[in-house]
Amino acid sequence: MIALRGLALLLLFQAAGEALVLALKLPFPGPVVGLVLLLAGLRWRVVREPAQAAAELLLTHLSLLFVPVGVGVITHLELVSRHGVALIVVIVLSTWIGMAVTALLLRILLERAAREEAGDA
Amino acid sequence: MPDFVQLWVYLSTAPLFGLTATLVVYVAAAAVYDRVERAPWANPVLWSVIVLGAMLLATATPYPTYFAGAQFVHVLLGPAVVALAWPLWQRRRELRRRSVALLAAALVGGSAAGGSAVLLASLLHLPGEVVRSLATKSVTAPVAMGIAERIGGVPALAAVFAVLTGLVGALSAKYLFDGLGIASWAVRGFALGTASHGIGAARALQVHDDAGAYAGIALGLQVLLASLMIPLLFRWLA
Repeated sequence: MIALRGLALLLLFQAAGEALVLALKLPFPGPVVGLVLLLAGLRWRVVREPAQAAAELLLTHLSLLFVPVGVGVITHLELVSRHGVALIVVIVLSTWIGMAVTALLLRILLERAAREEAGDA
Repeated sequence: MPDFVQLWVYLSTAPLFGLTATLVVYVAAAAVYDRVERAPWANPVLWSVIVLGAMLLATATPYPTYFAGAQFVHVLLGPAVVALAWPLWQRRRELRRRSVALLAAALVGGSAAGGSAVLLASLLHLPGEVVRSLATKSVTAPVAMGIAERIGGVPALAAVFAVLTGLVGALSAKYLFDGLGIASWAVRGFALGTASHGIGAARALQVHDDAGAYAGIALGLQVLLASLMIPLLFRWLA
């Protein structure tokens, strides 16, 4: 029951996000604005407890939610096979470059921040 | 027997088919994934997509017929994105302290992912609309579609590239990070979420709590940064 109440809350926050995006013509998707609103709302226990229950349920099964979009790949098999090798090279290499650059840079920045904190103490 | 045929005809036209098939196939794929101790190659999104795709092709079922049922799963992506507030809130103090580093890594890493995709695709002479649809590949699929439309890409292609990117990240991240000697779960999760959005974040959540939380932040930051910057960059380049 508490998870159900949480799901209702998450949908309300998403709806509020969508409404703000429409009203203020924000360049962001509604659910992301909903995330920011919920982050502010979590300080209250009436929001926090149900939201936690629903969030744990949804996030445990997050990968399921990408399956319907993923199956959509079959509608573009022709294009994917026509440019197959080039597309795979681009997608694989750019994903590795993105992950490597992010990880190496973040490691350096966090180590520097940790050293400064240790220096302050 | 005719009763059975009628039942099948009913099931395969009603939304029940897409919804049932999605859940049954995913539950089976997830059970295998757990059985092999969540090895990256057994990724449940990958295998569900392969099995369901093959089923649709073999039975000549059009994708919209499938999606009529699968949309009930798809629609939960919205509240799931909102739900990412929870792991962020749990780590709010640590995140506030690290905010500058995280923002810088998201900006540079996201640009490296999208920029290298556009550059490589141009070098390989892929068609212009394909190149523009690749620019948003490290943003979660529903958002990638919206951005691609604004910069003259093809939304459906952008979704396909985003899904493939997510799968590449989820399958290979472990080996890449081990190879680079990245041990911190926070750093691994953040990099996976930056380059492979939701599918990467889903993998991170299955592996470690910290990795999952940082992947969630990275996913959210990519959505914000990409929605703001990619349209501006393309307007400036055009």
